[in-house]
Amino acid sequence: GKNEYDLLVIGGGSGGLACAKEAAQFGRKVAVMDYVEPSPQGTTWGLGGTCVNVGCIPKKLMHQAALLGSAIKDAQHYGWNISQPVHHTWSVMAQGVQNYVKSLNWGHRVQLQEKKVKYFNVKGSFSDPHTVRGLTKAGKETVVTADNIVIATGGRPKHPMDVAGALEYGITSDDLFWLKESPGKTLPSFILYVSLECAGFLTGIGLDTTVMVRSVPLRGFDQASHISKKNQICFTTQQQMASLVTDHMESYGTKFLKRCFPTKVEKLKSNRLQVTWKNADLDTEETDSFDTVMWAVGRAPDTKTLNLETVGVKTNSETGKIIVDASEATSVPHIYAVGDITEGRPELTPTAIAAGKLLAQRLFGQSSELMDYDNVPTTVFTPLEYGCVGLSEEAAVQRHGSDNIEVYHAYYKPLEFTVAERDATQCYMKMVCLREREQRILGLHFIGPNAGEVIQGFALGIKCGATYPQMMKTVGIHPTCAEEVTKLHITKRSGLDATVTGC
Amino acid sequence: SVQAHKEEDNPQKTMEVNGLTPVPNSYDYDLIVIGGGSGGLAAAKEAAKYEKKVMVVDFVTPTPQGSSWGLGGTCVNVGCIPKKLMHQAALLGQALQDSRKFGWQFTEEVKHNWMIMTESVQNYIGSLNWGYRVALRDKKVTYENAYGEFVGPHTIKATNKKGIEKLYTAERFIIATGERPRYLGIPGDREYCISSDDLFSLPYCPGKTLVVGASYVALECAGFLAGLGLDVTVMVRSILLRGFDQDMANRIGEYMKEHGVNFIREFVPIKVEQIEEGAPGILKVTAKSTAGDQIIEGEYNTVLLAIGRDPCTRKIGLDKVGVNINEKTGKIPVNDEEQTNVPYIYAIGDILQDKLELTPVAIQAGRLLVRRLYAGATAKCDYVNVPTTVFTPLEYGACGYSEETAVEKFGEENIEVYHSNFWPLEWTVPSRDNNKCYAKIICNIQDNERVIGFHVLGPNAGEVTQGFAAAMKCGLTKEQLDSTVGIHPVCAEV
Repeated sequence: GKNEYDLLVIGGGSGGLACAKEAAQFGRKVAVMDYVEPSPQGTTWGLGGTCVNVGCIPKKLMHQAALLGSAIKDAQHYGWNISQPVHHTWSVMAQGVQNYVKSLNWGHRVQLQEKKVKYFNVKGSFSDPHTVRGLTKAGKETVVTADNIVIATGGRPKHPMDVAGALEYGITSDDLFWLKESPGKTLPSFILYVSLECAGFLTGIGLDTTVMVRSVPLRGFDQASHISKKNQICFTTQQQMASLVTDHMESYGTKFLKRCFPTKVEKLKSNRLQVTWKNADLDTEETDSFDTVMWAVGRAPDTKTLNLETVGVKTNSETGKIIVDASEATSVPHIYAVGDITEGRPELTPTAIAAGKLLAQRLFGQSSELMDYDNVPTTVFTPLEYGCVGLSEEAAVQRHGSDNIEVYHAYYKPLEFTVAERDATQCYMKMVCLREREQRILGLHFIGPNAGEVIQGFALGIKCGATYPQMMKTVGIHPTCAEEVTKLHITKRSGLDATVTGC
Repeated sequence: SVQAHKEEDNPQKTMEVNGLTPVPNSYDYDLIVIGGGSGGLAAAKEAAKYEKKVMVVDFVTPTPQGSSWGLGGTCVNVGCIPKKLMHQAALLGQALQDSRKFGWQFTEEVKHNWMIMTESVQNYIGSLNWGYRVALRDKKVTYENAYGEFVGPHTIKATNKKGIEKLYTAERFIIATGERPRYLGIPGDREYCISSDDLFSLPYCPGKTLVVGASYVALECAGFLAGLGLDVTVMVRSILLRGFDQDMANRIGEYMKEHGVNFIREFVPIKVEQIEEGAPGILKVTAKSTAGDQIIEGEYNTVLLAIGRDPCTRKIGLDKVGVNINEKTGKIPVNDEEQTNVPYIYAIGDILQDKLELTPVAIQAGRLLVRRLYAGATAKCDYVNVPTTVFTPLEYGACGYSEETAVEKFGEENIEVYHSNFWPLEWTVPSRDNNKCYAKIICNIQDNERVIGFHVLGPNAGEVTQGFAAAMKCGLTKEQLDSTVGIHPVCAEV
């Protein structure tokens, strides 16, 4: 055609790069535009998107650093003699993590080159449905035309709009992973998994960390009741999995300020930050000083500069996300979108990658396979990890009615915790099934070490339509935590004690 | 004929030891389980649920070195549990090294104290022994710490530590006596060598150790001993991990070699002598090549034999009741309902012929058997696609066919093997091997590319494999695997 490229991808993150590389496999002429607008604190990074630079990768590595701190404590119970005190040095960890991330940036650039995908480090905006204008940091302009355009610009952390000093003095996850010096006494605020994960590893490496929560931790994840010892079943709106995760964090040392919201952040002469907040329960105002305040109040797509209105790409007025259909098509022909920027999709790297690849296959490879967004497994990497796949208990109840579902659950103790004398109170799992004959599994939830490793295989099973009887026919691997899934037999309905006892 | 008396309240019975006269109508018990291990206890506890009168007789004949242990069988005392805990101790040693790269600082030299670890492990095992005794008592299962053997139809003799004998009768029996480590049959083996039966409660650090054997027991033990900082050598007669996928077995061996375990291949010990007494002392091992006449010698503090296990079936009076065993292996053949050739005698666990020697299999078989006997159930133990994990330094999880057996059964042209190396994210920062972790699946092309074999080599292999085993039970195909989204970033997503 008259356009320069068969495909232009705007956004070099998980979804964008996967789509571009897949299209290149079909011998197509592909270009990628990627640009990182510096955070308010001035942080920026290389090619690869959120996951690689300021998401999954550095997060999991710092989570690992914190887990290793626990391992050092455990090791002493297992006979290793380590002289106290044991210190953690942020800069050593940060450098290790940042070096690895940089190697990934490099790797992505090499891959694009090998696959003959043209890479522009420019900020793109639409001129017309087939033309995108790109600006470099210095302001130099490049114009690219393409038959097909995929928008994969992802999201960036939000800042609270109603808190004075939030922008000037607070950092976000965009900055945390690139700090050269320790954040010290930190207040990561609020609700979502990002804040819990960050608070978790910050506590784990020895920092004084407080999480301020306006209302409900882990909104959107599982929220069901907790079985009381008196064998009552009550489906109130109390979180179950979320509270187990936060209970563990509390026993682990993270402080929580529940039902509080900040009103202002000021800088003190000592360079520390003074935070003022309202306590909704007590209706009081309180203050405290911190070295760092981190906002984790949600992420929003960065679509303002894209000029979507010019070409007519429709977005959701509330979220700002791009509306797409099941084939990732926007309201404008030949313009598509994948990843965190799309409305109604899970904000996960593997789904963006899968969707991006399938899109390229449909555009250039004569495939008609659509992305299946059902039963996508995920894991929250808090100190005690939470992995899940399928429906939450609440969603299952909503969809099928509490009489039609059966929830099997168990409190278990990882073998490795025994000698280490670790508290396993929150190690828990539950399987939500349909009650009727076949007893198909609707959802599986697991809190414990290596939750991601445990859940992955079961996610496959659920994709195959796994039923409770099939799970029971599967022999366990001994001794592991995962085997307890194949032994679940106490129902919530029965009200019996769900603690696993011995072999 | 012989008259026997019992101390019970039951009316006295006359018994014929030669089995010709008819057996009495009412028995002491509905069920007697011989062997209080994974299978036996699971069966006993299940039977008690159906209000049956159950007895468990469990006895541990001390090892040549004098080691013994409490109720619970191999898994709890000298198998899975202490093995995994010591493996964990070794992993923690590695974690300590990694942690420095993640910013943790502590003294350069970190040493391991065997006694602290062993004491903790034994304390935990003690709590499990206790837990089992309480569980049996709560469920009203009678437990006798005595050696059980058949003396006639429906009758066993139970001999306790002090030599006191009692006779008991039951309508049905379950034999679940498990196995014990095999010895080489060479001079010095029983006097000076130890086995896994001794290792986990060894009251001194084993020091420089020679592990004889190439079973998973040998490799797991060698692995964690090396991980704790000991000088370890493994003497292998021929191949590693016989019966397992050989490609995976070789990768495990390579990894262990690169991480400090010495291997002596194609040699067998012919003599063990004591050079110096002590705890540990010094032993001299003489070995002969299997490929020629070469003789080598070596000195070690400890020699650990891990060349296999033999079922405890030869001295339990099976001949008295006519239960057939495989004369060569000692294993008991059963039908698909775990029944021996004698209708009222069943067998489960490691002693079964042609079945997997795994705790969860024994437990499953025991429970299902009892449900069929007393609860009218019909479900039989499903021995297909039973997953397993070898807890070597680089863990190996597997479910289904090895590549060799798949090729043998289906033909090379009918199977497709998908494979990949992977680098666990946690290994990047500490710069650990980037090409050792590996995963492969074997698919049956003719059956919709159904996944018939799953193999993974990497951290937490057990946790990873469990879910895949469940998926395989549901008939997982390659297409379904491809369409399942991965969790990121974890090893399992590969």
